[in-house]
Amino acid sequence: MSGKKNSVTNILISGVGGQGVMTAAEILSQTAISLGYDVKKTEVSGMSQRGGVVTSHVRFGEKVMSPSVPTGEADILLGFEAAEALRAIGQLRPGGVVLVNSMRIIPPIVSVGIHDYPDHPLDEIHKNDCDVFDLDAGKIADDLGEIRLGNTVMLGAVADHLPFDAKHLREQIVEWFKARKPELVALNEEAFEAGRQAVSG
Amino acid sequence: MNIESSTPVTEKVLMSGNEAVARAVWEAGARVACAYPGTPSTEILENLSAYDDIHTHWSVNEKTSLEVAIGASVAGSRAFCAMKHVGVNVAADPLMSLTLAGVTGGLVIAVADDVGFSSSQNEQDSRYWGRFGHLPIFEPSDSQEARDMVINAFEVSEKYGTPVIVRMTTRICHVKCLVEIGERKVQTVTAFKRDPEHWVMVPQNAKKRQVVQFERDARLTELSEETPWNPVIDGDDRRVGFVASGPAFMHTSEAFPDAPILKLGFSYPVPIEKIRAFADTVDSLLVVEETEPLVETALKAASVACHGKDVLPRCGELLPSIISKGVETLHGGVVSQEMAKQSEVFPRPPSMCTGCPHLSPYYCLSKLARKTTIVGDIGCYTLGAGHPWRALDTAVSMGASMGMALGMDLGRSEKDRKKGIVAVIGDSTFLHMGMQGLLEMNYTNGNVTVMLLDNSTTGMTGGQEHAGTGLDIHGAPAPKVDFEKLCQALGVNPERIHTVDPYQLPELYKVMKHEIAQPEPSVIITNQPCVLIDRFEGKPALKVLDDKCSGCAKCLSVGCPAINVTRRETEERKSGPAFERAWVTIDTAACTGCNLCEQTCAYDAIVPAQGGEIQ
Repeated sequence: MSGKKNSVTNILISGVGGQGVMTAAEILSQTAISLGYDVKKTEVSGMSQRGGVVTSHVRFGEKVMSPSVPTGEADILLGFEAAEALRAIGQLRPGGVVLVNSMRIIPPIVSVGIHDYPDHPLDEIHKNDCDVFDLDAGKIADDLGEIRLGNTVMLGAVADHLPFDAKHLREQIVEWFKARKPELVALNEEAFEAGRQAVSG
Repeated sequence: MNIESSTPVTEKVLMSGNEAVARAVWEAGARVACAYPGTPSTEILENLSAYDDIHTHWSVNEKTSLEVAIGASVAGSRAFCAMKHVGVNVAADPLMSLTLAGVTGGLVIAVADDVGFSSSQNEQDSRYWGRFGHLPIFEPSDSQEARDMVINAFEVSEKYGTPVIVRMTTRICHVKCLVEIGERKVQTVTAFKRDPEHWVMVPQNAKKRQVVQFERDARLTELSEETPWNPVIDGDDRRVGFVASGPAFMHTSEAFPDAPILKLGFSYPVPIEKIRAFADTVDSLLVVEETEPLVETALKAASVACHGKDVLPRCGELLPSIISKGVETLHGGVVSQEMAKQSEVFPRPPSMCTGCPHLSPYYCLSKLARKTTIVGDIGCYTLGAGHPWRALDTAVSMGASMGMALGMDLGRSEKDRKKGIVAVIGDSTFLHMGMQGLLEMNYTNGNVTVMLLDNSTTGMTGGQEHAGTGLDIHGAPAPKVDFEKLCQALGVNPERIHTVDPYQLPELYKVMKHEIAQPEPSVIITNQPCVLIDRFEGKPALKVLDDKCSGCAKCLSVGCPAINVTRRETEERKSGPAFERAWVTIDTAACTGCNLCEQTCAYDAIVPAQGGEIQ
């Protein structure tokens, strides 16, 4: 492989259909745009509404060509579900950062006994060359009274690992909900800060 | 690029390729647009329907969709239709004659190929239609180009009198990037001019149009040789020069930022001479195209030495790492077999939703599967092939179930003489291409039972309206097909047509078993809506009483994702195989209260989560 590498930040978000992976990717993209970056965002989301795997790639930098994060070059893995984070771990660059929701979503294929859910997915992730921060975003969201806040909690978790200040991401979350569900702005800000808190220190 | 009709850029927004195409169709002043939903193209028309100064509707299938667009074009308006790659097969008949007759108002067809199989039965390369149909192909490599090319495609369509295909792939349709957009430019609509020699494709007229088509081919080739859509992007590393199109262009630039690339944006007709001249400036030429070797073959036929599918895969996406490996091979290197670290994680295939009205038909079919052949179709119910039902024997193409089921009846062996044959099809697919199969089956008195799973939406593509839902694309009331009456009109004996509530499990099973035994065509229609659409109304959630659950695991064969196993045990028996017990719990937050699991429970262990009676 030849040539220069321009400084593109590669974020991989993985989860299960219905967890808000695509919304989180959209908000991250809008944040990067607001800061003047070139941005590309892509999903593999075939049939995701049916409980399948969803992965979203967000790339931003001075100029982004391919929309796909090259294999093994993700700077950050934002895992919305423990086993899905483990599945995607090979996409991370050595020394990359993993923010992982420890929550488990068991598919029917496991329930009916055909496959097993890994016993300790987080331990498996730790075996790789990476910095791992885990949190129970499902519980945090539930404690705030709304399970659907999980993706905002995860955005909070990643907020201090981005090449820009966390406040920019928070601003975009506020904008997003102001435009769609203004009554949820305050709750999402709370969820964002709870996610930040959960992985700090 | 110089696009005359585009008005000054007014805004820069984050858009997917599909959103950008919709925007461009509107900006270009098109007046009629339609489509049948199909991943990854569906969002194009969904986005177009938001503009109130363009007519949009969901077509019954891709053939009628293209025919509507042809009519609108002949009438003088700019017209548009969108479809997924396999949709073009359905629309091929009008397409292949239309391309001979030509257009009046610009006619653009956006075709979305599913490179990488995200949600399709094959990976066919729609660029073949260019050569087959003598029509130009645009290939955008991002959303901005998708927008710009669609606007230009309308101009090319009118200037050259040809329909134009804008070939997208999943990695264009669903990728978002910044797009500069403009405003709508209203087009003058010329009145229809009666001209049978032009528009009536009988042999004597069509023959004359063929001459026009060949002349058009020559002029389109000239255009391809000079268009700015096919630029050379220079680079210092001349060991390999690339010819690349679509997302593969982006992946190539990513992997080889210093290499010269001839980017094909207008890829059919192939600009052979331009590529020949480019080839002379590099040591070797590599064609990077998804998926089939169309350009490569054309170049080789014109004696332009090049590499392509000898070092690159013939299927799937050509991601940067794959292109790099191909180039290594080209340089005579040994391809390193280092693969991404594969984690040993269970597969997570898509499954039916919690409380889905298709769960019970498949529960019943799984019980009948040993003595029944189950001929499937394309939709959410194709998932019936998966666990735990394993109750689908074939799925080929949209609407194929009934024709195939008839064929399986006619062609059955003596060994299968007593087997029942069931065709399973959804409401949208039935109206798309299915009902002709039923007509033929009935006309031929096929011994088949049809399960028409009417969930009142086009489910797999995200819930679009259709001619059987009673609503139009804007959610306004629209005429609604009566499926029972339709089946009667197709000739099915009214006594053999039953509408059943799929949440009444014993009743459904009884009707299915009875009808499968009848020696004539039967139709069983299920009538509960998809759980993901607005018309669905859930009931109070259920829970499992731990002290009553026996671990019999019968409820698991419903296949509802809200039922989770808490504990398993293998029970050895004195006679017969060991019995696997599994104790369960219900995710009450997800449960829709459909009550199917309760109907399989012999131990009264499933009850309303909040007390009271089951509704």
